[in-house]
Amino acid sequence: MSDENQVMSTGDRLIYMANQIARNLATQPDAEAATAEHIRAFWSGDMRARLVALAADRPDALSPVAAAALRRIAG
Amino acid sequence: MSFARETDHGTPPAVATGKTVTLTIDGQSVTLPEGTSIMRAASLLGGSIPKLCATDSVESFGSCRLCLVEVEGRNGYPASCTTPVAEGMVVRTQTDRLKQLRRGVMELYISDHPLDCLTCAANGDCELQDQAGAVGLRDVRYGYDGATNMGQAKDQSNPYFDFDPSKCIVCSRCVRACEEVQGTFALTIENKGFESKVSPSQGEDFLGSECVSCGACVQACPTASLIEKAVVETGTPDRAVVTTCAYCGVGCTFRAEMRGEELVRMVPWKDGKANRGHSCVKGRFAWGYARHRDRILNPMIRASVDDPWREVSWEEAIAHTASEFRRIQAKYGTRAIGGITSSRCTNEETFLVQKLIRQGFGNNNVDTCARVCHSPTGYGLKTTFGTSAGTQDFDSVMQSDVILVIGANPTDGHPVFASRMKRRLRQGAKLIVIDPRRTDLVKSPHVEAEHHLPLRPGTNVAMLTAMAHVIVTEKLCDEAFIRERCDWDEFADWADFVSQPARSPEAIEPLTGVDPREVRAAARLYATGGNGAIYYGLGVTEHSQGSSTVMAIANLAMATGNIGREGVGVNPLRGQNNVQGACDMGSFPHEFSGYRHVSDDTARGAFERAWGVTLDAEPGLRIPNMLDAATDGTFKGLFVQGEDILQSDPNTHHVAAGLAAMECVVVQDLFLNETANYAHVFLPGSTFLEKDGTFTNAERRIQRVRKVMAPLNGHADWEIVQLVANAMGLNWTYGHPSEIMDEIAALTPTFAGVHYDRLDAEGSLQWPANDAAPDGTPTMHVDGFVRGRGKFVVTDYVPTDERTGPRFPLLLTTGRILSHYNVGAQTRRTANTAWHPEDRLEIHPSDAENRGLKDGDWVTLRSRAGETTLRALITERVAPGVVYTTFHHPETQANVITTDYSDWATNCPEYKVTAVQVMASNGPSDWQQDYAEQARHSRRIAPLEAAE
Ligand code: SF4
Ligand code: SF4
Ligand code: SF4
Ligand code: FES
Repeated sequence: MSDENQVMSTGDRLIYMANQIARNLATQPDAEAATAEHIRAFWSGDMRARLVALAADRPDALSPVAAAALRRIAG
Repeated sequence: MSFARETDHGTPPAVATGKTVTLTIDGQSVTLPEGTSIMRAASLLGGSIPKLCATDSVESFGSCRLCLVEVEGRNGYPASCTTPVAEGMVVRTQTDRLKQLRRGVMELYISDHPLDCLTCAANGDCELQDQAGAVGLRDVRYGYDGATNMGQAKDQSNPYFDFDPSKCIVCSRCVRACEEVQGTFALTIENKGFESKVSPSQGEDFLGSECVSCGACVQACPTASLIEKAVVETGTPDRAVVTTCAYCGVGCTFRAEMRGEELVRMVPWKDGKANRGHSCVKGRFAWGYARHRDRILNPMIRASVDDPWREVSWEEAIAHTASEFRRIQAKYGTRAIGGITSSRCTNEETFLVQKLIRQGFGNNNVDTCARVCHSPTGYGLKTTFGTSAGTQDFDSVMQSDVILVIGANPTDGHPVFASRMKRRLRQGAKLIVIDPRRTDLVKSPHVEAEHHLPLRPGTNVAMLTAMAHVIVTEKLCDEAFIRERCDWDEFADWADFVSQPARSPEAIEPLTGVDPREVRAAARLYATGGNGAIYYGLGVTEHSQGSSTVMAIANLAMATGNIGREGVGVNPLRGQNNVQGACDMGSFPHEFSGYRHVSDDTARGAFERAWGVTLDAEPGLRIPNMLDAATDGTFKGLFVQGEDILQSDPNTHHVAAGLAAMECVVVQDLFLNETANYAHVFLPGSTFLEKDGTFTNAERRIQRVRKVMAPLNGHADWEIVQLVANAMGLNWTYGHPSEIMDEIAALTPTFAGVHYDRLDAEGSLQWPANDAAPDGTPTMHVDGFVRGRGKFVVTDYVPTDERTGPRFPLLLTTGRILSHYNVGAQTRRTANTAWHPEDRLEIHPSDAENRGLKDGDWVTLRSRAGETTLRALITERVAPGVVYTTFHHPETQANVITTDYSDWATNCPEYKVTAVQVMASNGPSDWQQDYAEQARHSRRIAPLEAAE
């Protein structure tokens, strides 16, 4: 989030959320699987599809764990 | 139910020792627990010994001498209230000599009491009057001029009750109730002998004293000396209905005492298993909002939020709602609408709203305000233990030896439970408080925390992991419990993680700011001090690591074996009255009632068969996702029952933008709340006094809500949802909420044994209540965890992205106060405003001095999300660098300031950490002025057109 009175765009927020989940599950035995499982269990299909598309457009925006988790979701 | 006072056995039950004694009272033999008073024994036999200074809510005192009895073989006439029963004792309660003695006592009392019984408000409801009759008093030999307190001015400062010293018989029941039941110690008896009189401490009036207006003293008073103003104004009640408070998650039950159709007073019900006869100012007194003139009683619609409202018939409002939702779905897709259930409404109503969405809207876009409070509890406890709920009943605290309170302020948020907890602490249990603020619990009369760990907001996980570090590295774990009950490999991984030097109290001191020696001492005490119980609140959940903190708490309880019996456990203190129930009833977008995921084919199949539709196996949108989708143009319609998301949810600008982007917002509520400023349909709701149903409190206790008066708006809320459902073609035929509960029971394994006849017979049931637990489940996980083996989860501390810096150097944390409830929509419409007329910003003296602020100055509070103004309260309750405010008043809108950072697992907003700056100001901000104008504009109601 920038330093000024701003609301994140939905796309930015989805990326932020995915990275945040991955970061918090980093200490799980299989962090990629845990992240993928969490996103599958709690996100709507539209949100997941949108994130998959965003990840394709902005590959660097996602952390390695989040990106790997997304590949599992997309695959 | 007709009117009968609850039986007063005179003294409380004896402390259980397991031993009994047998004695004879007036020729009847009786066997009772050791330690029972003769007075209670006689009462349990159906008799009643005259009494004045004794009542069964407080320990006996033995001052009035009216309750004398004869005991064979003993000299004199012992007071039955202070004399315990003994084996073989032979007691007589009615003899000529006793009658004579009692009459003498009564004569003295009456000579000192005004004889205006006929015009006294308590006439017919006065124990002095009753006892004078009971002892057969006919005349008074001393004349009536002994009265020393007569003529003294009444204290009418409290908005709900009066104190008339002239009617006081100085029995001290009020003083003892304030000490023993409430734990506030606000009253004393001043002076001695005839001069003695009751007085709020420091000689102040009630309103100015420490009194928190719980009403315990009023209930204990045998005369009209302490009496509800409503009784003075309306008269004494003639019938009573038992029902459940609609304010907080303690779930106190009350007798709603009525005079005809008018509610006279709410009296806490002695048989209520959550409150055991106690109450707080909200449930006891603050029910006047039910009849407030601001209540909207007619449905209204409008094409645009810029138009004034137009009152319409129920038929038109319902048909319009259904056709708008169907139009939006036809144009934008099935998933373009959704709804929000209410934690203030009943289980039955909540169940119906989520059913309307899943069955009628055809999607899972349902969420509830628990999103913004205890969703991390659901996630955290389900992951570690297997059930999304607290583990104990409230009575359990009386068996605790060490009580750890983290991120909760029970004396304000859960006052009746706090009174119970304080009673246990006065008995000697030890207290640890982890909270950035020095809450009242840290030090109050006769209660002082052994350890207060005033951590920096946002560092809970680091703190709890450091406590785990101490417990593991100092070998204080309960290994036998862990081996028997938990997954050992997961424990071993967790133990390795927390043992790392980087997790030690010394290593994390720079993050938390707490003295590591205190952390070590607190951890040792919790692990080794006997039964350890953890109670927590929103200071745990409302963080970007809320779910991790809940799991860190669960880890501590499992590591020390503090789970699965009385006196221990992990206990979320739930905010709203039915937030537990709203979660249980399937209000989350990913799960059905009973916490079964929508992708679970067995569970979904059961609902599909019962409802005759195919259900979506995909999770729906959470509230923040709905608002995002709305600003993106893909989500267009919202049904909101009994919630005010504009005021209660974070980042008001974002919520407002989302609502403004929708084509049909339907609000069902009592008042034109802030969300209604963006609504197109307003469906007037009913209060808890006007409907039947059930609420489920923080102990998983399901209790009945009973209708005491007809709904002013014409329909109970469940009926309104049924009207909408049927207008959308669903053909529901519920005739009474009990039928909805039968459907819940049929579809929800943990509720299988919950039916209204059982609830009426038992008073309440704690789920799970089913074949495996026919009488419900007071303590969870007794023989094993619901999920099988307890799961230790490694919780790594991840700092929030909300950081202080040169522009925003202070941390804001938010909370609430005793006299107000949530967004204040109800309590602001009662005399409770006497205690809290506005939200204030608490700031430490040093931070105030740096900014040149004086107490009461207007200040601007600014964050990255927005700014508002309010007045400052300079106090050392907050640490330097931390400021605090409540969010009860829409004028302040503290949520303009809060950001949309949220819990990683559940999106529960991070209300408890916002980086802010505070500076002197001249008055309301531009935003506040614009908002006030917009709200005024939006609340216009067009005059009714003449009927055709
Ligand atoms: S109302 Fe409650 S707090 Fe106030 S004096 Fe009475 S018992 Fe004490
Ligand atoms: S105010 Fe009522 S309860 Fe208190 S001492 Fe007087 S008579 Fe007793
Ligand atoms: S608000 Fe809570 S503590 Fe107060 S009376 Fe109601 S349920 Fe009890
Ligand atoms: S009731 Fe026993 S001494 Fe007053």
